[in-house]
Amino acid sequence: MAALKIALMNIRLAMRTKAALFFTFLFPLIFLFAYAGIFAHGNPWAVAYLFGPVITLQMMGSAFWGLGLQSVMSRERGILRRYRLAPIGAGSMVMSSLIANYLLLLPTVAILTVCAVGVFHMPMNVSFLGFFLLVTVGAFSFAGFGLTIASIASTMQEAQIYNQLVWFALLFLSGATIPLPDLPHWIQRVAAFLPATYLVSSFQSLMTHSAPLSSHTTELVGLVVSGLFGLLFAWKLFRWEKEEKIPRSAKGWALAFLVPFLLIGFWMNSTGRAQRGWEASYRMMTNARQAASPASSSGPASSSPSQP
Amino acid sequence: MPSADEGGARAGGRDVSGNGSPVVEVRDLRKSYEQVEAVRGISFEIRKGEVFGLLGPNGAGKTTTIEILEGLRQPDAGTVRVCGLEPARESQKLKQRIGAQLQNTILPDKITVEEALRLFAGFYARSVAVTQLLEQFGLIDKRRAFYETLSGGQKQRLALALALVNSPEMVLLDEPTAGLDAMVRRDIYALVEQLRAEQRTVLLTTHYIEEAERLCDRVAIVDHGLIVALGTPRELVSHSGSGTRLEVRVAKPVALDQLCRLEAVHDCREADGAYWVHAQPVAKALVALIHFLEAQDNTLTDLHISQPSLEDVFVEMTGRKISDEQ
Repeated sequence: MAALKIALMNIRLAMRTKAALFFTFLFPLIFLFAYAGIFAHGNPWAVAYLFGPVITLQMMGSAFWGLGLQSVMSRERGILRRYRLAPIGAGSMVMSSLIANYLLLLPTVAILTVCAVGVFHMPMNVSFLGFFLLVTVGAFSFAGFGLTIASIASTMQEAQIYNQLVWFALLFLSGATIPLPDLPHWIQRVAAFLPATYLVSSFQSLMTHSAPLSSHTTELVGLVVSGLFGLLFAWKLFRWEKEEKIPRSAKGWALAFLVPFLLIGFWMNSTGRAQRGWEASYRMMTNARQAASPASSSGPASSSPSQP
Repeated sequence: MPSADEGGARAGGRDVSGNGSPVVEVRDLRKSYEQVEAVRGISFEIRKGEVFGLLGPNGAGKTTTIEILEGLRQPDAGTVRVCGLEPARESQKLKQRIGAQLQNTILPDKITVEEALRLFAGFYARSVAVTQLLEQFGLIDKRRAFYETLSGGQKQRLALALALVNSPEMVLLDEPTAGLDAMVRRDIYALVEQLRAEQRTVLLTTHYIEEAERLCDRVAIVDHGLIVALGTPRELVSHSGSGTRLEVRVAKPVALDQLCRLEAVHDCREADGAYWVHAQPVAKALVALIHFLEAQDNTLTDLHISQPSLEDVFVEMTGRKISDEQ
């Protein structure tokens, strides 16, 4: 109950901060319009292909730069000390961050979806339950990631370094910016270890050929497990005071957060299953783009994809 | 000088000694930060309804002690019980029963005064009406103001209101008036007086002598992690070897060693063009001083008599002034 109260207050406070408003609502729209305008050329099926990366980027951004940094900043400024005097535990504080992050993400996803469908005619031949579950799993997993970083970083500076390292790796190696089939083979092998890849590819197969979530069970289980690990670490390593130090061994334990991704990465690379899935979604998008070109189609709205 | 165990519990005619078991019991409390021993074996008790002060300079160990009592820090050794609970082991239960104000309370910039009070009130099983607190602390006009827009005094009043949001049995105030102007300080003194009238137990830390003298039923003078004296302000002063202080100004200079040898004079020094004489009993010293000046054909031009303060007690115990250490 305390967690929900703090979460609702944090959402209210975010709504009063210009930077939070910009990065929560406007920034993802800029991404959507840039992706749809530059890469999709307004083709609805290409927009559907690129919608996953846009949502994944937003989830990553809110988890690392919103939730994660906010936690460290509250500790560093001494705000958490006042909460500590009240009869609430570390679990409530961690849960409040998770809930606030999720509740702020939902309207953003709704706005992105409405814009993508309304402005770019993105097809939504998907199970809404599947879509909602995917958003929830993704938000949960990246929140765990952001909270893990927040729990091991002692200062804002340290958190920003960790965030930059993770952010850029996930940004460029997961298919969130450049489609994986366009990248060299060795990068594709690395991508198989990254959580953002699982989410991007799951969204792409859901949005482009309405693939059921069960076809990505392994990746989704990995995301949920890593989210649980993240939550557990954030709770166990929670620090109210900036002077508190965590033992070095705790940082090592936090690396266990990566274990599900290592296992899934090895499995994906050994079976080649993921690469085939990425190719399938990519072909849907490129075929649709070709079909939408003036020589072969009357326009983007009338284009339809060929089956992979 | 009364020791930690000898300190009585009567101040200004108010008896707080016979009120059952102590609300706070601290025995041989110790706490170190790496190489620094912040608290080196402190023991004291606070009875129900008592206003108890920890007086000492910065770095004396006051904040560490109060934060251990609040459950914010773990002691290295010693036993602590607050409201019959161990703060280190039963902190959640304890926090329902105490209210605390940190030396430096920080809240989110964009939270309003009323929102902060409602949010924190929601964490407790029992809470005071927020409107009542807003009125009590003079914050009703600022109820919709963001925390970042409040003055230092308003922020401190909000911090105190937050400390009382659960109508606590025991209130712990860490330097409640530090850095505030005289008017806000007076408001906070009035609040502590009100807490006293409501029979709440209060522990406050301060480095202001007049605050300890005015507000506290008993005071523990803390220095370098130890209690060097404990008792009611009156007891501490009356047991002080400093005696009554005479500020003497004369027409012609006198030899300091002769002045110091007068009957009943304990100590004397020259400063700011005056002679500062500590004497007990004061009447004998005054008679001796008049005879001495007459014999010297000297004239008394000004005389001020004052009782020793807790500052004098601190100087006597440590050889330093509290005010010099800030």
